[in-house]
Parts: sequence; C-alpha cells; structure tokens
Amino acid sequence: MMQSIRQQPFRAAVLVLVWGWLVFLVLTPNMLVVGASVMTRDPANFISLPLNLDAYRQLFNPLYLEVFLHSLYMAAMTTLVCLLIGYPFAWALSRVEKRRQILLIFLLIVPFWTNSLVRTYALKLILATNGLLNSALMSLGVIDESAQLLYTEGAVIVGLVYLLLPFMILPLYSVFEDLRQDVLLASHDLGAGRFATFKNVIVPLTLPGVLAGVMLVLLPAMGLFFVPDILGGSRNLLVGNVIKNQFLDARNWPFGAAASIVLTLTMALLMFAHRLSKRRLGEEGA
Amino acid sequence: MTRTLLSLSGISKQFSGKTVLDELSLTIDDGEFITLLGPSGCGKTTLLRMMAGFELPDQGTITLSGVDITQTPPENRPLNTVFQNYALFPHMSVFDNVAYGLKMEKRPKAEILERVEDALAMVQLEDFARRKPHQLSGGQQQRVAIARAVVKRPKMLLLDEPLSALDYKLRRTMQVELKRLQRELGITFVFVTHDQEEALSMSDRIVVLKDGYIQQLGTPREVYERPENVFTARFVGQTNFFPGRVTKIEGERISVDVFGLNRELGKPSFRVAMNQSLHVLLRPEDIRVLAPDDAEGVAGKIVERNYKGSTLDSVIELEDGSHVMASEFFDEDDPTFDYSIGERVRVSWVDGWEWLLAEEGDEPLTDEEELAADDAEH
Repeated sequence: MMQSIRQQPFRAAVLVLVWGWLVFLVLTPNMLVVGASVMTRDPANFISLPLNLDAYRQLFNPLYLEVFLHSLYMAAMTTLVCLLIGYPFAWALSRVEKRRQILLIFLLIVPFWTNSLVRTYALKLILATNGLLNSALMSLGVIDESAQLLYTEGAVIVGLVYLLLPFMILPLYSVFEDLRQDVLLASHDLGAGRFATFKNVIVPLTLPGVLAGVMLVLLPAMGLFFVPDILGGSRNLLVGNVIKNQFLDARNWPFGAAASIVLTLTMALLMFAHRLSKRRLGEEGA
Repeated sequence: MTRTLLSLSGISKQFSGKTVLDELSLTIDDGEFITLLGPSGCGKTTLLRMMAGFELPDQGTITLSGVDITQTPPENRPLNTVFQNYALFPHMSVFDNVAYGLKMEKRPKAEILERVEDALAMVQLEDFARRKPHQLSGGQQQRVAIARAVVKRPKMLLLDEPLSALDYKLRRTMQVELKRLQRELGITFVFVTHDQEEALSMSDRIVVLKDGYIQQLGTPREVYERPENVFTARFVGQTNFFPGRVTKIEGERISVDVFGLNRELGKPSFRVAMNQSLHVLLRPEDIRVLAPDDAEGVAGKIVERNYKGSTLDSVIELEDGSHVMASEFFDEDDPTFDYSIGERVRVSWVDGWEWLLAEEGDEPLTDEEELAADDAEH
C-alpha cells in the first residue's frame, strides 16, 4: 500500500487533499458543534464548562417543541408541494426531445445565478398587500379587496417551494432518465394497465430519486431562516430561525448547537433510508 | 392442417415521414416458429412491436384468431414479449418478475406459486427464485425473461433479438433450448433476428425483410437454396454471383454461357430470352476446386485461404479478375490438403447445383447492405 502511494504521487496528493478537506472542514466543525452543545452557556465567553445535557433538555421545552413541530410541518408541506410539482415535471422533462431537455434544465438552473435573498425579496413584492398578485387579481375581478398573502404560513411555504423546487426536480429527472422504456413496455405486455404499471414499476424505480429530492428539500426547508424572516412574520419560524437566534441574538450557543445537531441527525436518518432504497435496486454493492 | 393464428393485412407505418413498413401482409400459423430476418432498419422490430401493441399501424389491420386487435392495448393482448435486453424489473426478485403477469390477472396465490415454480423449473432456474436480476448472468436473465413471458401461457411469444446480447456459445445453447421450449409448449414463436444462421437453424418459416417489404417468405431450405431475388441470395449465407448469358432455349432446358463454359441447365421459373444476361448463383460449398491440369472448369489462382476447422475456405481469382469463394470439407483420404497463395487451380461445380436469378436493375449492393450482410454472417 505504502509502496503504491510512493509510486503514485498524484494519487497520494489527491488522497491527502480529500482527507484534509473532510477533517478540517467537515469533521472538525461538526465536533465543535457537538462540543458546544454539551457545554454551559456563558455570557462572556459564549460557552464554558462544566459539561451537561441542559441544552438537549431545553429542546423538549413545549415552546421550542412547538416551533420544531411547526417548522417540520412547514418543511413537510414544502417537500410535498415540491414533490407534487416536481414528479410530473421531471417525468415530462425526461420524455421531451434531448435538445429541448438541455434548454429546459438550463432554464431551471438560471435562477441560481441570482442570490436567493434577492429572489425572496422579489417574491415579497409580488405577495405584498399592494403587490403584483393582489393588483392582478383585483383588476381581473377575482377579489374585491387585497388579500393578506404576505406574513402567512402560506407565504413561507411558497417561498421555500420557489427556492427549493429545482433540488427536487434534478434528482427526479435523473431517475426518470434511467427509467428504461422497455421495462414499462414489459409491464404493459404482462397485463398491467397504466395505474398498475405506475404503482408497481414506476414508483419503486423512481423511489431513490424521490428520497434524494426529499433529502435535498426537507432539511434546507427547516433551515432557510431568511425566508420566514422576509415572508413569514413572527409566528412562522423555522428551526433555522431558532438556531440563528440562539447564536446571534440570545447568545445561547449550547442550545443553538443542540438544535443544529438534531437537524444533522434527521439528515443522517434520511440518508440511511436513501441508501437502503438504492441497495434494494442493486445499484450499490450487493 | 394449419390454422391461421395471426394475420396482418395492408400494414403501413411511417416514422417522421420515413416509411418503415409499406402495405405489408403476413399470416402466421398456429404453432409455427416463424422468423423475421433482415438488416437493421428493415422494419422487423417495428412489425413485432405492432403485434405486441407497442406501436399502432398507420394503416392496415391485425387479427388474432379472427378477432381484430389492431387498436387493442398491449395489456389486453394474449401475447407476450421477450425483450432484446430482457427488460426485467430490477427491483423485483426472479420469483416476483415471473409472477408479475399472473398477479396482474389476479390469480389465487397458490396457483401463482405453482405456475411460477413450473416456469422456473422449465428454464432450470428453480434455485434462483430469490435472486435479484442484477445477481444473474446474462444467460440466466434471458431465461427469466422467457419464463416471465411464457408463464401466462400466451397464444404467441414474440422474441425481439433475444439472443443478440449473449456470447456465441451461449447463443447456440439458447437456440437449442428455445426450440425445445417451443416444441414442449406448442406456442407460436415469432422471432426477430438479423443473424441468418440463427434464422436458418431455428425456424419453420423465414420472412426476409428489407426496407419494409417482404423479400421472400419460405422454409429455411427454400430461402437458402432457392432465393427469389438478389437481396435474399446475398443476405442469407454467402453466394458466388457468376455472370451468365443464355445461348440456347430448348423445351425445359436452356444453355448458359458462364466464363466461356457452356452449361446446360433447367429452365428457371422466370421468363428467359435468347442472349439474356442472368445471375448464376453458387454457394461456396457447391464449388469444386480442381487441379490445374484438369480438363474441366475455369483457370484461376488462390488468393486467400482460411482454415475453418471443418472446412477450408478459399478465394480464387479467375483470369478476368473476378473472385470465387469456395468452401471445401476435409475428407478422410486427404486430411492435410491445403492450398498455398498463388497456387494455380481450376474452378468448377456440379451441374444442377446452381441457381438462376434474373438481373434486377438495382444491381450492386449499397454499402449499408454489404455491411448488414457482413454483420449477419459474423
């Protein structure tokens, strides 16, 4: 092993780079967060000894529990809406002519070139009491007076869907691309109608994409604190807002760190489920 | 007494302006093994997909046992398909793959279990029921695909180049096995291939297709020994085309001049006139290579020799520059016979083994056809 590394300096350099990156930028910060979460809040130095689990106990405070559940609810709704839009979108995308596919994917990616904060403010202008949407609806005679769109739970979900939809579509598109037409034909050939084919073949074969999409949407949806800051008002907080507030405003680092670890663990759980579903399809080691 | 099972009449199909099938009609008998043979792009796969219901014809009708199924969706046709790349469900075990069609029919559990086990036993995969498709070899996946298609006891099995992904030896084994299955099950097989050797060895009848037209329909022997046109003669097996000219017509016999040799032959089925040019076809195995001092035949020299195990294949260049392919079996008297390049020989053949074809106008094969024909041979 050592000999092969000496013979392949490029290989050695790459390995050092990758491991260095992972240790210094992934492992160390996360260990610091874990460390902070088990320490005591200290107004002067942010954190201090002794070690304790107070921060985790605090997570079960009904007030925060409610924020967590509400945040989870909004993130789940966001994910559901993204899935309902993204699934047929990705399906259709995979079926159009190849050249048009590239154009459509390009259009899907273009908004990333604009800062998401700016785009969220743009959404605010559309949803505002005298904003574009209200004016349009009123001039069309659909409504008589401005509806309260901004600072609602709905506005937060719309904002999150807007920012996160591409993260649902792209992994779904990739599994639909891999979905072989002859497998669907085989299902019809063996007597399955459209619905049976969808249920027995298309859904199971696209499940890894669904889980990847859910992973890429659900967790950021709990963390994107600036969306409720701009669109949600004070009642529609995300876990991300709680974490941000604990670090920047309340100066309770252990609690912020503990909340952040709960998010990370949720992520790990989802990734585990994703791996399982892929292994079922035999895409990873058998 | 044969009974028509499937009948296609006047089938036409275009894909984005290009005609793939043109007014094609074909009847398939109950219980036969029929092969659709042709180069890629000849329409054979499209024809098969129409039988399965994956494509609808622009014109024409398809009837199965007298019932019009032209517009019937694939799930309601009592036919099943074995796909070129097997198209197994990757997320299901072998058992579930085979059981799928029966589950769709909502058969009772006990019946499904029994029939799936029977089908797997038939393809010798009883012990693999719990495996996933990706844990099987190509040949095993192929068998699962066959079991999955026949477990529903279809009236007809459609096979779309099912052996093309297998290596040569496995392909030969599967050919034999498919024939055995067809005999045992008594199901009509419609087999698509571009491999003429496969077609000849497996079929009861062969449909030779080119550019959406049926070139010839007949038994393997008819197609090989009595090709109806230049395409079929070139596509199925190797053939020497000698230029001939009619010098005498007398009752049922005609005389033909080939390389200055005067040959008396039986009158062909097409009309012949004096001095008409025609093709004299001879398979390489019908050619006799003689010693240079022999009185018979045409002089030439060996330009290529290939040892093929059971035969010695050679190419002889005649004095006018044309090439003749010969394939000779090693015989017991002289197991070491061989030629050296440049060796002088004479070429002849046994009277009556030649086959005559009229010239067609569109004579030389296009490069594509040459390639396709080459593909089919290797």
